[in-house]
Amino acid sequence: MQANSAENTTKLSSELSAAIKSGLAKGFPICLGYIPIAIAYGVLAAQSMTLFQLTAMSVLVFAGASQFMGAKMIGAGNGLVEIVVATFVLNFRHFVMSLSFMNKARPVPFSWKVPLSLGLTDETFAVSSLHGEEAKKPYGKVFFATLMLLAYSAWVGGSFVGGLLGELIPEQLSQSMNIALYAMFIGLLVPSVKKEWRVGLIAIISMIINYALITLNMAEGWAIVLSTIIGGSLGIFLLKGDDDK
Amino acid sequence: MIWAIIIGMSIVTIVPRIIPVFLVDKASYPSWINRWLDAIPYAALGALIFPGIMTVIPDQPVIGLIGGVMAIVIAFFEVNVIFAVIGAIVTVYLLTM
Repeated sequence: MQANSAENTTKLSSELSAAIKSGLAKGFPICLGYIPIAIAYGVLAAQSMTLFQLTAMSVLVFAGASQFMGAKMIGAGNGLVEIVVATFVLNFRHFVMSLSFMNKARPVPFSWKVPLSLGLTDETFAVSSLHGEEAKKPYGKVFFATLMLLAYSAWVGGSFVGGLLGELIPEQLSQSMNIALYAMFIGLLVPSVKKEWRVGLIAIISMIINYALITLNMAEGWAIVLSTIIGGSLGIFLLKGDDDK
Repeated sequence: MIWAIIIGMSIVTIVPRIIPVFLVDKASYPSWINRWLDAIPYAALGALIFPGIMTVIPDQPVIGLIGGVMAIVIAFFEVNVIFAVIGAIVTVYLLTM
């Protein structure tokens, strides 16, 4: 009995450390992409906010594109309502992403889902979803939490550093780093497409819809929401159910 | 005023993230909705990549595209994502020299 339970404890603790390690490994590319962008945000935001305010915004908002926009709008003297509405529009895509993620994370306990939902960004959502099988493991919740906390720390830390001493980063390097998150999205998508070409079709159609909507001058936030929903709806016809995948 | 803006932004970013926790916890969906939700990550990736990638160097959209092609080529070999990221950064860095 005793030996058995000790064995179980060892097995669980090794699964726990595997979940943490995996979370750190999968979260690392997000960090690499976030740090330069967070620094750039800090530099921009320092023109209109104190160091404490701009770091607090990263802590409380944790949404890159919205924060860039917010900092620019504060700098341009826009009012509270305008900024908050624009943020809502730009960030509404996280509603669709959270819906998809929470459906995948059904085995995760409710008490973990609430904080995990707050850690969802474009990047943490993409990485978490493409490792959705983790949700079924006993420590899947720890995997998701680790990767989100790592990304969150990089974002908050990078913002602080940017606000403090950002202008020391050479322009050409920080400009080149702009591609980092796009490359990560591509790096996540390509192996999935190799496994299942239909997934690539969904992504390409979503790209075309997004491009068309932006060309028609739709706000970027709505364009991403609509192309994600419409592109995703192709999955109804193209994808097989979870059981026979 | 800035604090009010920060708190307002915080609320409107938290609400869309958190509501699905309650929506999905209650309901169990028919399988076509599950397939729809399963396709969302791929559709989102598509929309997040394009056309945004052309704004990496705002006045030279082709540089972002070339960086993207480099990432596709590297990712095709199913190495760690980090190599696609580094390869694309180096490509853009060299092209803007």
